Amino acid sequence: MGRIQFISIAVSLLFLGYVLGQIKKGRLREEYAFIWIVSTFALILFSFWRNGFEVLAQAFGVIAPPNLIFTAAIFAILVYLLHLSLSASKMHAQNKTLAQEIALLKEKLDKLNAK
Amino acid sequence: MDNPVKIAVVIPAFNEQQSIASVVAAVNSISTSQVTIIPVVVNDCSKDNTKKIIEGINCVPLSLPINLGIGGAVQTGIKYAFDNGFDYAIQIDGDGQHPPERIPDLMRELRKNNWDVVIGSRFINNEGFQSTFMRRTGIRYFQFLLKLITGERVTDPTSGMRMMNRRAMELLYEYYPDEYPEPEALIIYNRNGLKFGEVPVHMVERQGGVSSIQGFGTIYYMFKVTIAIIFTYLRK
Repeated sequence: MGRIQFISIAVSLLFLGYVLGQIKKGRLREEYAFIWIVSTFALILFSFWRNGFEVLAQAFGVIAPPNLIFTAAIFAILVYLLHLSLSASKMHAQNKTLAQEIALLKEKLDKLNAK
Repeated sequence: MDNPVKIAVVIPAFNEQQSIASVVAAVNSISTSQVTIIPVVVNDCSKDNTKKIIEGINCVPLSLPINLGIGGAVQTGIKYAFDNGFDYAIQIDGDGQHPPERIPDLMRELRKNNWDVVIGSRFINNEGFQSTFMRRTGIRYFQFLLKLITGERVTDPTSGMRMMNRRAMELLYEYYPDEYPEPEALIIYNRNGLKFGEVPVHMVERQGGVSSIQGFGTIYYMFKVTIAIIFTYLRK
């Protein structure tokens, strides 16, 4: 086993441990945890299976295997960013409704207290 | 005898400590025995003394805990008006640009023509403060875009002085744009079969505060509103 392989396996496992720890503490919602667990397993898989990328690259007809990694990784990141934009938009709308409810309730409460 | 007609005058206020009290006083002065006109001031998390001022004067003070932007503030006032059984809600600016004494005329025109929404326009008689050349160019662009999409001609699509009946309030309760909502709201009315028209209004230059549309903001404004208009049209 080469030195780089040892390092990448160790880092991937540490990363997996960290992600699982965050889920356990309730800091990371399961829907987000899913994608992190899947990508960490992919990292671990390719750390062990060194020829994996060459096999995949050949299957997709990509000449230089690193290009496959970049293309796939960038695409996955874009999809995930879109997902985050969508959840930010949703939270923005929910936040607005809550703020409006608070303002309306506060006015009602002040009126009741004044009586 | 009918109960008096109730009109909520929704005044969004963001750092308007200089002008808000006089705008509220002007609104209160036009209330009569047949038409009850109540100012509803929505303080959009102002950093100045707006909150203190509106809590000490004769109005309904609504204070948002976070800054929502003009659209979110106006929508808060519309929700208040709808929940509290007001017959009409009218939005006027907190900086004193819109003449409150025209509110009864707007209501008469709305009823006479069976409109759901009436818009106070600066450009029917071209009276009063006419804005700058750049702004009028932008306004002409929105006129063109609205005409293209809805087939309706609106002379002042960016006017913030609008009165609506309960049907329109109920619609905007569900959705109202956060930023620069005026042109987009026209598409929302159009897509939902609401009738609207315009009445000439003499506006003055703002008495205090700073416009939200300046410099690079202009480009963002044009872009954002164009996108919003097109997608609102496609939504339903």
